[in-house]
Formats: sequence, C-alpha cells, structure tokens
Amino acid sequence: MSSRDSILSKVKQAQPERIPLIDLPEFEVRTDVIETFTAVATGIGTKVVEIKSLTEIKEVLIAADRLGGRIISTLPELQDLADTVAFTSVDPHDLQDVDMAIIRGHFGVAENSAIWVTNELLGQRVVPFITQHLAIVINRNEVLANMHQAYDRIGELQYEFGTFIAGPSKTADIEQSLVLGAHGPRSLIVFILDEA
Amino acid sequence: MKEIKDQDHAQLSDVFNRDEDRVNWHDETLWFIRQKRDKAAHSIPDWEKLRETASQIKNNVLSNLHDYLIQFEENAKANGVIVHWAADGKEHNDIVYSILQKHGINQMVKSKSMLTEECHLNEFLEEKGIGVIDSDLGERIVQLAKEPPSHIVLPCIHKKKEEIGEIFHEHLGTEKGLSDPKILTEAARHHLRETFLTRRATLTGVNFAVAETGEYVICTNEGNADMGAHLADVQISSMGIEKLVPQRKHLSVFLRLLGRSATGQPITTYSSHFKIPRKGQEVHIILVDNGRSTQLGRKDFRNSLKCIRCAACMNTCPVYRRSGGHSYHSTVAGPIGSILAPNLNMKDHADLPFASTLCGSCSNVCPVKIDIHDQLYKWRQVIVKEGYSNAGKTAGMKVMASVLSSPNTYHLAGKMGRLTLKYIPFAVSNSFNPWYKNREMPEPPKESFGEWVKKNRK
Repeated sequence: MSSRDSILSKVKQAQPERIPLIDLPEFEVRTDVIETFTAVATGIGTKVVEIKSLTEIKEVLIAADRLGGRIISTLPELQDLADTVAFTSVDPHDLQDVDMAIIRGHFGVAENSAIWVTNELLGQRVVPFITQHLAIVINRNEVLANMHQAYDRIGELQYEFGTFIAGPSKTADIEQSLVLGAHGPRSLIVFILDEA
Repeated sequence: MKEIKDQDHAQLSDVFNRDEDRVNWHDETLWFIRQKRDKAAHSIPDWEKLRETASQIKNNVLSNLHDYLIQFEENAKANGVIVHWAADGKEHNDIVYSILQKHGINQMVKSKSMLTEECHLNEFLEEKGIGVIDSDLGERIVQLAKEPPSHIVLPCIHKKKEEIGEIFHEHLGTEKGLSDPKILTEAARHHLRETFLTRRATLTGVNFAVAETGEYVICTNEGNADMGAHLADVQISSMGIEKLVPQRKHLSVFLRLLGRSATGQPITTYSSHFKIPRKGQEVHIILVDNGRSTQLGRKDFRNSLKCIRCAACMNTCPVYRRSGGHSYHSTVAGPIGSILAPNLNMKDHADLPFASTLCGSCSNVCPVKIDIHDQLYKWRQVIVKEGYSNAGKTAGMKVMASVLSSPNTYHLAGKMGRLTLKYIPFAVSNSFNPWYKNREMPEPPKESFGEWVKKNRK
C-alpha cells in the first residue's frame, strides 16, 4: 500500500464520528473604518497619507527622499515617475536593486491595517517583498471593517497568488527589540485615495 | 538539530536555573509577550466568540479529515502543484532529497518550519552534502549556534544580544562586540539577501491549507518565506496533515486569532496565499503524518491536533518561562509540546506532562480552546499505567498511598517526621531530598492537629 493510502486509511479509522461544520456567526463590526485603519497602521510602523489625486504621490515621495533609486510601479498613471512596463517581464532576480515600488491594493482591512493584493496587481510576485521601500494605493471606499468582510470580498475574486500586507517587514527575534526592515521593505506608505 | 537526550526536564531546568539573572530576564521577556497578547485580544470585540468558532471549525476538520485531505489533494493538483504523502519523518526527508536530486540542487534556503525540525531534515540533508540555510532571523541564529530553537515563534528567545553579536562575528564576519539589534538585523539582512538571490530551491512550512481551493497560507513578519518562494525555481512546502481548514472564508477566523495570540500583533506582516505556481516554477507539497493519525485516534488527546502553533501557552506558562525551551528536549516545547511529544515517543518524553503546575493558564489563552492542562493530567495517568513514570516518584507515591490509607501508620509517620525535623534536620535538609532544593524545611510543630484536638476537646 502506498503511504498515501495507508495514511488515509489510518486517518479514516482514527477520526471521531462526524461533527457538522458550523455556519460562521455574525461578528461585531466597527464603523469608524478610516480612523481605525489609520490608527492601527500607524501603530505598526506604516505611514498613512490621504490623497485626492494620484499626482500627490510624487510630492510625498520627494518629501520622503525616495526618488533617488530605481522606482517601479504597476500604476500606468505614474509612468513619468517609475518604470511601469519593463520590470514586469525581467527575471525576478533582476529586481534586487529596486528601491521603491508603488502598487495598488484591492482593499484595506481596518482591524489590522492589512491590504489585500494579488498577482495581477503586482507585476511580479516578488515585487512587494524584494523592494527596499513599498507604497500601496487603496481607494477610500475600499476599507473594510474586519477579516470576515475581507474574505466575503475575496470570495468573488480569482487569483493565483494573493497576500495580506500589514506594515513594513519586521522582526523582534533579537531580545524582542522591534526592527523594521527584516528581509522585505524597510518602510510602507499607504495612500488612501479619495477621488472626487 | 538533534535534541538533547539522556537528561529529563527537571535536570535540564536545573542547568537553566544556574544563572538566576538570566532566568528572571527570560521570565520577564516572555511575560511581556503574554501581556501584549492580552492587550491585542481585548482590543477587538468578540474574542471569546472567535476562539469558540475556531475550536468548532477544527472539531469538524478532525472528524472529517480523511475527506478534506482528499479534497485538498485534488484541488492542489488541479492548481498545478505536485502532492506527496509521507508517513514519517524519514519518508519526508527522502522526498525532499529526491526532489533536489532531480534538479541537481545542492543548496537550499528554508523559512520557518517546525515540522522539518521534527523530521530533523537539516541534519539529514547535510549528511547528503546539501547545504541548508534557515532564513528566519531567529532560526538562522540558532542554526549558526548549532542549537535547536527554544521557542516555536521566537526561536532564539533564550539568547542575549551580546551572544548573538559574538555568533555573527564568528560566522558572518561582523565587527567584534556588536550588540545593537538594529545593526545585527541589518547584517543578517545582507547575508540572507545574498542567499535568497542565489538559491534555486526553497522550502517553507504551512500555516493553513484550504480543502475547498487547494491553496495554502504562510504567515511571516520578515517576508522570508515570500523572498524564497518568489525567487526559487523549485518550492517545497511541508505540512502536517492537521493543518487543513474546510473553506477559504474560515481563514478569517484563524488569521484574526494567530498574530494576536502569538505576539500581540493585529496580524502578521504577510499572510500569503499560494494557489497556482508562478510560470516556470515547480511547486511541491508534502503531506506529513508522522504520528498525527495515531494522536487522532487517542480520544483524550486528539484535540491537541487543533494547535495553530501560536505559542501563547508557552509565553504564559510559569514552568516554561523559568525553565527555558531546551529543557523540554522536544521540537515543540512548553505545554502544547508536552502533550504532543508523548504521542511520538512516550518513553523518551514521559517526564514532560509532569513539567507543569496544572494551573490552567495555557488552556485559558489557547486560541483554539485546547484543554491543554486536562490533557497534561491525563497523560500522567497513561504514563504511570504504561510503566514509564520516574521510578523514584512512583515508589514514593506507593509509600504515600499506604501511609494515607491507614490511620495508625499516618499518625506514626507524622510523629516521626516532626521528630526528625526537630532532632536530626540534616536527615532531610540535604541534597537527596528534592523538596529541600531551593527551599528551607519548615519549623516542626510540637504536636499534630489530631493530638491538639484530643488534648483540648476533653
């Protein structure tokens, strides 16, 4: 008997009588989503900037001194600022010297400030991890309250790879001292876009 | 990394307890994480409802695991992932080796996977001439120090920053005497970035796998699993068969619980959902049993398979905090490790269910409501019945049972005890008496309560 079959038969023998799957209960929803999102994000080291137009991004990046290195973006509107095309077809290893990446997110989640992104928003999957600094743009009306609402939304979306991103990469492995910039981005800016 | 054997939890704790300042520091550091967990849990509504929901979802998973495994396999295959099954650690390691051999790869980067620690994959591959580099910072540090992790979430929580500076100086060539966590992390970042960019194969653990869609989720703060996965040609992900959840929407419950329970974060920085391999990439999943189906068959202990490896039970445990992870001589330490390890090898881990005060704090913080302290108590009974308990303790228990069951012997023993403490205290105040360790023996009372009643009730 193959290991597959022997494991499955052992599991079948061992598992208890079927306990039905419950329906997920209703969880309390807080309505002050933008305030909560901003407070939680700031608390974990993210910079949150509310903007009225994508053109404001440039000023923010100038102020953050982030326009000196290699910049890539999946937003065609930023083509005068960043490489918005060529980077999507190179070997992912060739993105090792990217300093700043600007991408869009599908939506944000207020309770933990996580932003859901999927492969088609990334250009290449490695982008939000390999870049030294990351910025994500979300629409103001796309901030959900909690993870249950998040998965309700995800349920309608197709993806090959998806990830929630909450804050810059970090570690506290050395004596519980928080250090931003473990292997991924050293900083994260979230632009909350409110186009009139 | 090989576990330390030959000594039991009490003896290994003694080693850890020699340095009192360090014990206090370890205790406070972990309690600080427990407090962060409390703050995070209380800052959202419905915490208890979330725990209950998670527990019930896992009840369903364990009772229907056979079908969920088949469903997951089918969907993962449809996604283009190659699925393997491993009955034990050896088969798991052989599968990993055969994949690497097929591609002619002799160097691999790994993100955190307690399962591969359990299977002793690193030593196995090193013997075969394959270099493995752990990329989680804490794991890299203990790997360089040639030690096993002492904590499943914070692998080097037992190390001081000065010691880490010394390790980096020796192995990574950093300046001598460094101890600033920022500078040390930066050094590791450079060293590991080079590793990520040059390895063709990567191995990751799995936090959750979804039967409905065949995708699986890996949670990290550092981004190391993603750096490995999105750069390597070959990705291997090893998971225990109990990691399944029925549907994608159930992830909402577990992702709300995991980060808050583990480190007091609202969520880990990255919660990555791997579904369809990147173009040109080969992805393998290895489903590992290694004793899990046996544990599933143990009615009193099967709930331990609900564990999502947050380590909240360790951070809160008064014994873990003061004895250190290595004293458990098992991959998973602390309360949850003490109910998982005897299943794999009862004889070698017979001491672990006794490494607890049964205070119940572990059960109170467990995000999936495992009855940890009840299981510790039940394991003790199984271990004594099977004859694996400490011989001295068993003999002592037998003497105590005979003394307590006869009033005459009980009174005589009490009198002898009082006389001994009064006239020959050195007979008990010595290192042969485990109760004397770290304690002063009490002043003996002049008479027993029974004698006092007799005198005063006349």
